[in-house]
Amino acid sequence: MKQFKGRVIVAGSCTAEALVSHGGFNTLASFQTPMMMGDKEVKCSDQNNPDLYKKPMIGKALCLPQTIGSTTGGMALYTVLSSGKQPACMLFSMTIDSLAASGAILGSIWTDAKMPVIDELGDEFLDYVKTGMQITVEPDGTVTVV
Amino acid sequence: MKLSQEQQAILDGARGETMAKVMETLVAYGDTFRAERMVPITGQYGHTVISFGLGIMKPVYDLYNELIEAGLTGGQRFTADPRPMDDKVPASPLEKLVFKKFMYSQQDRLEEQMHKLGLTSDDDYTCTCYLPQVGNIPKRGEVLSWAESSAVVYANSVLGARCNRNSGIIELFGSIAGFVPEFGLLTDEGRKASWVVEVRCEKMPEAQLLGSAIGMKVMEQVPYIKGLDKWLGTELDDKTCAYLKDFGAATASNGAVGLYHIENLTPEAKDMGEDLITEGAQVYVVDDAELERVKSSYPVVWKNADAKPRLCFVGCPHLTLQQLIDWTRAIDEGLHKNGLSRVSVPTVFTAASAVLREFEKTPYAETLRRCGVITGSLCPLMYMNNPLCKKKAVITCSNKLRTYSSARFYSEDEILTIITGREGRL
Repeated sequence: MKQFKGRVIVAGSCTAEALVSHGGFNTLASFQTPMMMGDKEVKCSDQNNPDLYKKPMIGKALCLPQTIGSTTGGMALYTVLSSGKQPACMLFSMTIDSLAASGAILGSIWTDAKMPVIDELGDEFLDYVKTGMQITVEPDGTVTVV
Repeated sequence: MKLSQEQQAILDGARGETMAKVMETLVAYGDTFRAERMVPITGQYGHTVISFGLGIMKPVYDLYNELIEAGLTGGQRFTADPRPMDDKVPASPLEKLVFKKFMYSQQDRLEEQMHKLGLTSDDDYTCTCYLPQVGNIPKRGEVLSWAESSAVVYANSVLGARCNRNSGIIELFGSIAGFVPEFGLLTDEGRKASWVVEVRCEKMPEAQLLGSAIGMKVMEQVPYIKGLDKWLGTELDDKTCAYLKDFGAATASNGAVGLYHIENLTPEAKDMGEDLITEGAQVYVVDDAELERVKSSYPVVWKNADAKPRLCFVGCPHLTLQQLIDWTRAIDEGLHKNGLSRVSVPTVFTAASAVLREFEKTPYAETLRRCGVITGSLCPLMYMNNPLCKKKAVITCSNKLRTYSSARFYSEDEILTIITGREGRL
């Protein structure tokens, strides 16, 4: 078990299974097909992300360095949050990027969705956490990985 | 963040509940990046990335409706990304049905909303709003509230304007409010390079490939690129700007680059040189072998990797006038050399409506038609979102289109060989 402390972007708590992307998470490329096809598991459609491609994202603790890609990313995340098909939380090892931040903030202000978002967890977090591990997020930004 | 009295009043609800939520969003956005204040938008026009009425994105259009009903329609006017459909582009009856009835069922609603919210013109649906024929050209140092990654990186890098990589919706909020939080690429410090890229290629690197390699390496950081002026020169002429447009689009979609500096070429690099490089910047060396490695790493997601291409897209981002002319010449010559009169793969060139109108005034338009190439102003990426397109073997020289679709990437030379060849394949 190991604990990490990050910065709270959207406060909240949850317990979920980790899904880890070591490369940048392309929000639009990841969500566009499951959103379009109404995929209940929200399987990642980014063919360029070997860690996540075709893996279900709904309800998972998404662990990533940052998001990448085009500026529809924040809007895509907002849409996912509006439809209630979001990951349980998003945990960034680096400082969050402007697109993910936008999506998370839009979701927290304009929808009823709850998805804690923590950033600046550090490289060690991403080195330690593996897909399938159990993650607990607390409202103060404490992340426990078991 | 320190707000002015007026900004605080907006946040407290002086201009209504919806505007207070717009303000709350902008403040939270700024706080996240430790912005200390809001700064006024000084560019004349905005640019929005949301131009597609996808049925599944109904929550976005519901939000827009909320803005309109609250009377928040007097903000800055803006241009918009390309539409997702164009009747001129080949599509089967089933594909057309899927486009209109299922995928883009909100298109009419969105376009009506765009009008109300301040779209400059029905003609201004393009990702290359900064081209002279379109006319949304910010000046150096102007603060913008734009989205569309390829346009933002161009405005920052080539024009020297100041804009963060804003998300769709957020960019509109900035245009409505008239100000944006000051952080990142809006600050002198945020425009400094934390990567030095040394280009050591033996031949001029393909823009979309070099951009992809750099984007994947530096992600959202600012690169200072050396050795490219050897190929591009030191002046921002039409040809160079077209190269930088394609290069930037690849850095922004394959990574998250919002600004790059090119030694001796882009405005800030010309003025400040290596003073733009931060201490301890990392170094990335790009040579021909590295580009080949990157290109061969792209997954081929066609069901049959040996399939004959059924459609070719060129123009993501939209082509410039000179690019249209250059491609026309090259295709005409290629077909002539191979004893053909028309391209062997259905091919679509995409460009802004205003650019296509100028192109129509040249003799090349007729030549291109004679070669069998279709022109249109749609967004190839949105076209390729059609699930039925996944079954099609589509080729492109756009690394952005490759990233977001099942289209297969080939270099421009390879695309030319394929579409002007007898076999219609390499």
